[in-house]
Amino acid sequence: MRSFLLSIFAFIGLSFTLAAQEHHSEEGHHEEMQASHHESEGHDGCSCHHEEEYNPSGVAFHHIADANAFHIFGDLYIPLPCILYAPEEGLSVFMSSAFEFGHHGDGKKAVDGYVLHEGVVMRVADSSFPKEAVAIECFTSREAEKDGKAVEIYQVVYEGQCYDLDKKSSFDGGILGGGISSYYDFSVTKNVFTMLLTVILLFFVFTGVAKAYRTRAGQAPKGMQSVMEPVFLFIRDEVAIPFLGHKYERYLPFLMSVFFFILGLNLIGQIPFFPGSGNVTGNLAVTSVLAIFTFLVTNLSGNKHYWEHTLWMPGVPAWIKIILTPVEIMGLFIKPITLMLRLFANITAGHIVIIIFVSLIFIFGDAGESVPGSVAGGVIAVPLTMFMMAIELLVAFIQAFVFCILSASYISAAIEDAHH
Amino acid sequence: MTGTLAAIGAGLAVIGAAIGIGNIGSKAMEAIARQPEVVGDIRSNMILMAALIEGAALITIILAFFV
Repeated sequence: MRSFLLSIFAFIGLSFTLAAQEHHSEEGHHEEMQASHHESEGHDGCSCHHEEEYNPSGVAFHHIADANAFHIFGDLYIPLPCILYAPEEGLSVFMSSAFEFGHHGDGKKAVDGYVLHEGVVMRVADSSFPKEAVAIECFTSREAEKDGKAVEIYQVVYEGQCYDLDKKSSFDGGILGGGISSYYDFSVTKNVFTMLLTVILLFFVFTGVAKAYRTRAGQAPKGMQSVMEPVFLFIRDEVAIPFLGHKYERYLPFLMSVFFFILGLNLIGQIPFFPGSGNVTGNLAVTSVLAIFTFLVTNLSGNKHYWEHTLWMPGVPAWIKIILTPVEIMGLFIKPITLMLRLFANITAGHIVIIIFVSLIFIFGDAGESVPGSVAGGVIAVPLTMFMMAIELLVAFIQAFVFCILSASYISAAIEDAHH
Repeated sequence: MTGTLAAIGAGLAVIGAAIGIGNIGSKAMEAIARQPEVVGDIRSNMILMAALIEGAALITIILAFFV
């Protein structure tokens, strides 16, 4: 029995290693882009460099990022619709297969002045670039200075010339290196697709269960009911009722929606291939919107007592109130910010750790040079990855629960009756 | 240099959070051993407190990355 288990384990380890090795041959292509920062010489002297260097953090950040196509393996991708809007060009709608997927998510073609680099749509900022579908050579990057910070600008090589690429507009105010650029991306990306899938899945599960309660009233739960009922009752009895007391029914729909939405996204994000692999709850935009909902629900349902204690705390000397009020007002905003960061950081950290463990194969294997090294790396990486995946399943539940329980505790502070 | 200092700051934040969460865990275990009948209450309060401490650590880590 033991030898049987050992041989299965060795087989999994070996196939994992070989599959990852195959994957790496593409990864190398992507890394050499980052390695080859040749000095910007205007539009001439541009060529494609090929240097092999394995950079685990680059791979990790690429894998947790959003993308405009689902990667299956090798050059096989599932295309997703691209809806792009550039103020000077107007709207372009096409499937991302129009880019013709090449190595590591780099499109072989440019469409309407857009290119696909590492699975992400980017726009050629130069107006002299042809607008129709043309074949492009490769991608490269150059270093530039922007507001005193060194930034990396990606470039596309077309007919021996380099063209700068624009990233999509984002509303982070430049904190995360984004800002308003020359185009907006409204595409159904990996994250959007995963979110829609989760919403549809939850809709069918919950309407089915709700219908079962109507048609099978008074009978023991059956099928999906038996799965959802304990989880639902757990949130109601452990979160909603202890925190919100007799007013819990008013906030139960919000808490349940948040809990099951986050839980669904966390679990689907754990699946390493097609329907999953979207790192949705590890995306700051998604978690910030969820936190904004909690912020709105909390403050819109705040009673007189809550606002009195926030803005002008009764029963303390006036000079302390001057210190206390700004702190309390800061607290109003810090609460949703920590809510946003906690979910984002936990899920992102889990995904990065898994990818770093898989990267051990290439670190030990000298980026595919040494096969014994990569086998040894695989033997170490597989149990570590499996362990991490198990921890991640736990984290998926705990983070959904923590988001829910903290939302409930913030709401309960806002609706508490006066007692002195 | 900035990168190294930021990494040290993130590490310090993690040490603080680890001490805090470790204390919560040990006290919760003691409390459960003394009063096993309120295990549910203790567990949810333990997770809530751990989450609040984690929030302070996360803010530090994010600041370490962006400053």
